[in-house]
Amino acid sequence: MKASPCWILALLVTVCFTLAVTLGLRFGNPAEHPQSNSAFTLLFGEGQRLFANQFYVMADVYFHAGYYPSIFDKPEGQSDVLVAARGQSDNDEDTTNVDFFGAPTDWINRFGGHFRVNQHTHLDQGTEAREILPWLKLAADTNPQMIQTYTVAAYWLRRNVHNPKEAEAFLREGLRNNPGNCEILLALGQIYNEDYHDTARARNVWTAALQRWQAQNDDAKKDSKWLCDEISVNLAYLEENTGNWPQAIQYLEIAKQVSPSPDAIQKRIDEARRKLAAQSPASNAPSSHY
Amino acid sequence: MNTIWALSGVVIKELYRRKDFYVLFVLTAMITLVAGMHRFFNDPNIVRYAKDLCMLLIWISALVIAIATTARQIPVERENRTIFPLLAKPVTRWQVVVGKFMGSWLATGVALLVFYIFFGLATGSREEISKWQVYFQAFWLQWVMLGVVVAMTLLGSVVFSAPSANVTICFIVIAGILFLGGHLNVIALRSAEPVQSVIYTIYYLIPHLEWFDLRDRLVHGWGGVSWLDCGLATLYAVAYAWLFLLLTWLVFRRKSL
Repeated sequence: MKASPCWILALLVTVCFTLAVTLGLRFGNPAEHPQSNSAFTLLFGEGQRLFANQFYVMADVYFHAGYYPSIFDKPEGQSDVLVAARGQSDNDEDTTNVDFFGAPTDWINRFGGHFRVNQHTHLDQGTEAREILPWLKLAADTNPQMIQTYTVAAYWLRRNVHNPKEAEAFLREGLRNNPGNCEILLALGQIYNEDYHDTARARNVWTAALQRWQAQNDDAKKDSKWLCDEISVNLAYLEENTGNWPQAIQYLEIAKQVSPSPDAIQKRIDEARRKLAAQSPASNAPSSHY
Repeated sequence: MNTIWALSGVVIKELYRRKDFYVLFVLTAMITLVAGMHRFFNDPNIVRYAKDLCMLLIWISALVIAIATTARQIPVERENRTIFPLLAKPVTRWQVVVGKFMGSWLATGVALLVFYIFFGLATGSREEISKWQVYFQAFWLQWVMLGVVVAMTLLGSVVFSAPSANVTICFIVIAGILFLGGHLNVIALRSAEPVQSVIYTIYYLIPHLEWFDLRDRLVHGWGGVSWLDCGLATLYAVAYAWLFLLLTWLVFRRKSL
């Protein structure tokens, strides 16, 4: 009997897929993965996680409006869509200067460059960033433990689409799938503080986030120092605004231990101490109504 | 020329008699409409993912139609023995090759036009279409690229023993060119000799079909390419199509039927 090449190809694809799912299940920890009822779960089961990274990359491709390196080109250091959402690009060089494709090496490469998108842009102006959202939603559906999909989507929903309600709902979905995750709690606190101006709820959420971060093991802490820095600086900012200087100093001291720029934090601590010293005699003085 | 048009007409009629095109069109339309109707974060203005999906389906469908239509032309004529009365008339083998090519290419073009009209209507229902140039160029370049694919498949149909083998090999080769063709120079640079020279030779020999893919420009709202580049790419595709047709004729004229 002669086997058709189509059948052999189909068999190979099936074997690859089965192998990938089997290995994913063996080396993943199913206990950490609560069930989701999305269409992807029904169709692919655990195999859906294979697609999550690809969907996340698609969000980054859309963020670049189609200008994106292939695996053969100069790779992107860190996904720009995430860097922008974490606010880490403000002090860095403008990443739109980066040329993924480099100088053409021959006439085929040069002429081919005329047809592909050859301008490095980011969809961070106006409401165009909404176009990345479907891919982030799909990534979250396919891998509910992929934390950055929730935080990045929430950031762009708030910042460019001006829809904090949807952002909050999505983060809450993330919290249901990843109970007590500090990165999601940080993003949730930002919505309460910056969009709803509800500082009390923001403080509660960030305090919970800081406690969760501190309860982690040392390895997890080492990998997420920026998170502790961000949470404690935000908390310190809230306390500074309410004039609670001792608490603000306490949070800044925590931030200093993990911050990439401890000198700047020390300056803020010194400033807070000066204000506390100026406040203390006034607070110790007898009140006028006595 | 009349003979070539007559042969082409038969191929075009065959396309609308067969179910391939209708099935692919209905599938593309259904998937696009379902995807387009889904609302992410209750935002009705998110459209690019649906456009992207629709264009991907159009590319896959067009390749399937082009390869499947072309691959069976000459083998079926031989299998049904209709090639003998055809060649007994004053029709040369070159005319058969060109007629089959023209018919397959035009039939694919008609199907592609229907797909693009649907794409235009679907996009127009969600956002304003202002950059018509890129729509036309995307259609034209894809059609011209399909001309190379049709010619390549026609060559395969006189080289390989069965249409199924030809279809599979053509799909693998074309997918390989589309995904890897433009990066072979990078792979070559990272390889040692003599592999480097072999990869470079392949890089310079293959038709660079990836040039003709304007999907990203269309989906992300970029403008079209310059008309000069469009014209040069057309000439490049015409040259490759004729080269494949010439090779097909050279093989076909020596082939015993």
